[in-house]
Amino acid sequence: MKGIAAGLAGAVLPVSAADAFNWDSFLQKHFKEMSDEEIKRVIERLEKEASLEWKKNIHISATKALPNVKFGYGLDLSRCIGCRKCVYACVEENNQSRMPQVQWITVLRFKKGEKWTDLENSEKYYKPKEVPEKDFFYMPVQCQQCENPPCVKVCPTKATWKEPDGIVVVDYNWCIGCRYCMAACPYGARRFNWAKPNIPEKELNPEAHYLGNRPRYKGVVEKCTFCIQRTRAGKYPACVEVCPVGARKFGNLLDPKSEIRYLIENKRVFRLKEDLNTEPKFYYFFTT
Amino acid sequence: MITVLFKALGRTVIGDVRYYAWLSFLMVVIGLGVNAYMQQIDRGLIITAMRDQVSWGFYIANFTFLVGVAAAAVLLVIPAYLYQFKPIKEIVLFGEILAVTAIIMCILFIMVDLGQPMRVWHLLPVIGMMNFPSSLLAWDVIVLNGYLLINLLLVFYALGRFVQGKDYKLSLVLPLILLSIPWAVSIHTVTAFLYNGLPARPFWNASILAPRFLASAFCSGPAIMIILLQVIRRASKVEIDNKAIFKIAELIAYTMGINLFLLGAEIFKEFYSGSIHKAPLEYLYLGLHGKALLVPWMRTALVFNITAFVIFLLPKMRENFYALNIGAVLIIAGVYIEKGMGLIVPGFIPDSLGEIYEYWPSSQEIIITAGIWAFGALFYTLFAKFIIPVYTGELKIGNQ
Repeated sequence: MKGIAAGLAGAVLPVSAADAFNWDSFLQKHFKEMSDEEIKRVIERLEKEASLEWKKNIHISATKALPNVKFGYGLDLSRCIGCRKCVYACVEENNQSRMPQVQWITVLRFKKGEKWTDLENSEKYYKPKEVPEKDFFYMPVQCQQCENPPCVKVCPTKATWKEPDGIVVVDYNWCIGCRYCMAACPYGARRFNWAKPNIPEKELNPEAHYLGNRPRYKGVVEKCTFCIQRTRAGKYPACVEVCPVGARKFGNLLDPKSEIRYLIENKRVFRLKEDLNTEPKFYYFFTT
Repeated sequence: MITVLFKALGRTVIGDVRYYAWLSFLMVVIGLGVNAYMQQIDRGLIITAMRDQVSWGFYIANFTFLVGVAAAAVLLVIPAYLYQFKPIKEIVLFGEILAVTAIIMCILFIMVDLGQPMRVWHLLPVIGMMNFPSSLLAWDVIVLNGYLLINLLLVFYALGRFVQGKDYKLSLVLPLILLSIPWAVSIHTVTAFLYNGLPARPFWNASILAPRFLASAFCSGPAIMIILLQVIRRASKVEIDNKAIFKIAELIAYTMGINLFLLGAEIFKEFYSGSIHKAPLEYLYLGLHGKALLVPWMRTALVFNITAFVIFLLPKMRENFYALNIGAVLIIAGVYIEKGMGLIVPGFIPDSLGEIYEYWPSSQEIIITAGIWAFGALFYTLFAKFIIPVYTGELKIGNQ
């Protein structure tokens, strides 16, 4: 019986100390139900737990959405060369598990001239000697931060929701791991921690956000948050910054003078699977 | 009354060698299942074959099938109470405990599928954060538990009456019985809507899904009932009229007919219109881009269901126990494939970015699943063993 209890506790506890049941963790309230004071205390505990586990000082912020901000993303398909630098920059910035591999961005490769609406002709595991490859074009896909997110609608515990600045987030301490959101997402944007995330300690990014890149647990869902820890601090998402060809654009949809508004108004834009009425805030466009 | 129930409880551990062998077998399988589950708790769901592309698998497939089995009770309740068909009225109880067993197994399958099972309280209203009415999973929690409660109440009411040597007083429980009929329909409808409401998954996002759920559920549950009733009749003093079994078989003929018709309608629509959304159905019956893991299973299921339909349709066949039992087994297997793996997996193939990840359960996944089935069998066996002496009047007040 003791073994069973220890096993159960080990599965749930963020700390590897499986022999002591962590009541604070078990009884932790939903993020949105907590007062600022409670959030502060919870974060202190989580920082302590994470620092112990990763042998590194980890700072978790809970910066709120800025007023009059709604983030939008633009991706220039005529520029993308399929190098996947964004994929790996995201992995490093957002503390995704290295083994098993978790990646929030998927780059799809299509053969020029072939039908690509059903995505079935795409290749996700292409291994080029160099990019761009002749006869191919690329389409990176990540969370589209829908205004009408189907994943939020189906979550049985409200563990995922849309923030006022339009970012869809997950409370990793409230998610029960049922994966209904993954079934509901039309963009394959959600990832599940099938095993305990594995990250080399020295590679762990210690600047974290509660709703973003803080280290996750086994058995919970995660996803792209437009680098909430960076963008709420006025920086660009890691994928935007790293893109060598400038195919990635980011900005405030509510600011008429922003770059994202300019390209929506002046370029030919489309959004993925628009027939589903999910209203993504992720715009694909063509400069040439 | 309590002493009688205690005596009945005591009887559950008394039986012949075969009975003990059966119980030990089930215990062993449960033990293996618990052991495999402990590994899953320790290492995570990585020990299953599920991945981000196919994020639900064998557990949810079994869950879906068992929601269907829980219908068994209601298909007995309708002829028994709405049409006052006496032979079935006498055996409704065994259908109700099957419903109870199936729902408990459903809950177990959901539990083993969760990444964070200790947080399951987050699902509950008041203490947790139930996303009602937005999430269909919240609806499912309500209807499944409600159905469990209704059936438990009916079983224990009947038991109480039998202990006192009195007849079932219908007026008292009739409202509950009547409620159980739409409620049984609702558990299937809600479970179907759970998949149906996702536009991301074209295979599920077809209006025919809920009707097909109901039709196939009303085949598999009663087919299991047909087998169980014969076992109970042979292993105990309970008398079960052949008429009851044949009536159930007749009902299966109708529901299987409807089930096959609906499947045909779906196949026509997808293949004739030929849009890209036919891909999952193509994967199931023909194979897609050379990937065809489920094809032999789905074709087998189709042959099983059609054969069983013919057997149950012809009175001469269904009233021959040999043919009847073959038919029942074919239906159980056919619907298990069709409403299990055949329903869940193609929702994810191709996945929402067009990838084809062929899913087949891992050995640990299969062992955990077998453990839950063994638990269900054990639960039903003991429950039936517990109520049979009370039911036959062997144990009642003043007859000790």
